[in-house]
Amino acid sequence: MENTLDKTIITVVGKDTVGIIAKVCTYLSENGINVLDISQTIVSGYFNMMMIVDMNQTKKAFVDCQKDLDVIGEQIGVSIKCQKAEIFEKMHRI
Amino acid sequence: MINIFEVNETNNMVAHENLDVRTITIGISLLECIDSDLNRLNENIYRRITTVAKDLDRVAGEIEAEYGIPIVNRRIAVTPIALIGGAACKSPEDFATIADTMDRAAKAVGANLIGGYSALVSKGMTKADEMLIRSIPIALCRTERVCSSVNLASTKTGINMDAVRLMGEILLQVAENSKDRDSVDCMKLVVFCNAPDDNPFMAGAFHGVTEADAIINVGVSGPGVVKTALEKVRGESFEVLCETIKKTAFKVTRVGQLVAQEASKRLGIPFGIIDLSLAPTPAIGDSVADILCEIGLEYAGAPGTTAALAMLNDQVKKGGVMASSYVGGLSGAFIPVSEDQGMIDSVQAGAITLEKLEAMTCVCSVGLDMIAIPGDTKATTISGMIADEMALGMVNQKTTAARLIPVIGKGVGDTVEFGGLFGYAPIMSVNQFSCDNFINRTGRIPAPIHSFKN
Repeated sequence: MENTLDKTIITVVGKDTVGIIAKVCTYLSENGINVLDISQTIVSGYFNMMMIVDMNQTKKAFVDCQKDLDVIGEQIGVSIKCQKAEIFEKMHRI
Repeated sequence: MINIFEVNETNNMVAHENLDVRTITIGISLLECIDSDLNRLNENIYRRITTVAKDLDRVAGEIEAEYGIPIVNRRIAVTPIALIGGAACKSPEDFATIADTMDRAAKAVGANLIGGYSALVSKGMTKADEMLIRSIPIALCRTERVCSSVNLASTKTGINMDAVRLMGEILLQVAENSKDRDSVDCMKLVVFCNAPDDNPFMAGAFHGVTEADAIINVGVSGPGVVKTALEKVRGESFEVLCETIKKTAFKVTRVGQLVAQEASKRLGIPFGIIDLSLAPTPAIGDSVADILCEIGLEYAGAPGTTAALAMLNDQVKKGGVMASSYVGGLSGAFIPVSEDQGMIDSVQAGAITLEKLEAMTCVCSVGLDMIAIPGDTKATTISGMIADEMALGMVNQKTTAARLIPVIGKGVGDTVEFGGLFGYAPIMSVNQFSCDNFINRTGRIPAPIHSFKN
């Protein structure tokens, strides 16, 4: 993947529990959002995941996806952020 | 490809280190609004501002949400009103009606502040300039969001001492008119030497006559991010220190650049500049003074402060210019007293004086900023302080400013509360010796010899 500029980054941070990835991915697949990359670590018991996704095929508005993911995050007790990847590209790449 | 650590670093800056975009400021030219009929002029101005800036708040909100970066202020800067109102206004009261219109327009489009109630009088004052200046105490005290600035001097023209003398009196009138609120309206008034045409920061923002019809300027912030980065290099050499500041300034500025480009695209207004400033707020961990302490000072104001600030300011610029091709405005570290908790602590500890602050303004971007002084300070003394600051800017070919707040009814030892982002300030002591005979001379101080470069 040469360029993530038009992609979206979803980050999930919180207490580790069963089924976090499953719940998030179910939502993404139901809404036509394609997962391109996942990386995940656990830092002192805290679950920390980043996904690079492609939202070009989804019919949902960006802000609505953010709201839905917020709700899912609340249900499983984690914080889910959904941001355009450009901000990270710009900040960390010359 | 972006990795999880980079994503976390960015998000931590926002969540824990107060990274934000301080302001998106739309500069709007009002030259096309000029009319000799005051009512028509006011209508034109209202229509122009509310048309150009109608989507500002919505677009800023969208960008905030999509990128996860807070945009603290949405602002508007207009052409200096002394130029716009000259044909229609016959009295200071006439000018004040334009301030009312600006205030209404700012509220209508959701802009926090609107700047440009300004006059550029670095060499001389026209009748309109003088009327506008005399209307400032009326205008600021009956509007909420209007900010006023007056350019009193420049390297090319020297210092207009008649205007400097007048501004001492005007500032005291503004203080008097808002004395029931700790003279808070003085916060909305700043005087400049070498005022930039494209400054997005208030109270000094105006849309210069050299600018296009409309322009987007963005001011970034991030003292907390620099401070946190420096915590990791304690005890290291100056080389490591400078490298760290530059890299951090680059990252912060890139965020501003992205926001500016997006805002420009979505609003259909060209991008002007990024202002590379370290702008503090009273929030804990969002302080320029704390960076100076992290560099190695017990308090801002200790010996070495001017050198540390000079280095900080230079590294911020060096990192920042790499991140954006168009930088401008004030671009440098701000050292306001009331808006910076570390500065307030310094004043309260007795570590910093007005004279040291004046020295610091020689090496950073602004001037004596948000400094509360006793309400019984004489107008000539205030003019003397302004003249000193103008001289620093004139001779050093840089922008300097003064935003002083004489708090009527209060003296040294008292504290004033400005509220919100403006913080609070302990009243600082002012040198009591007289400069009356100097200030009461008429005319102007000529431009310095090194301004003759042709």
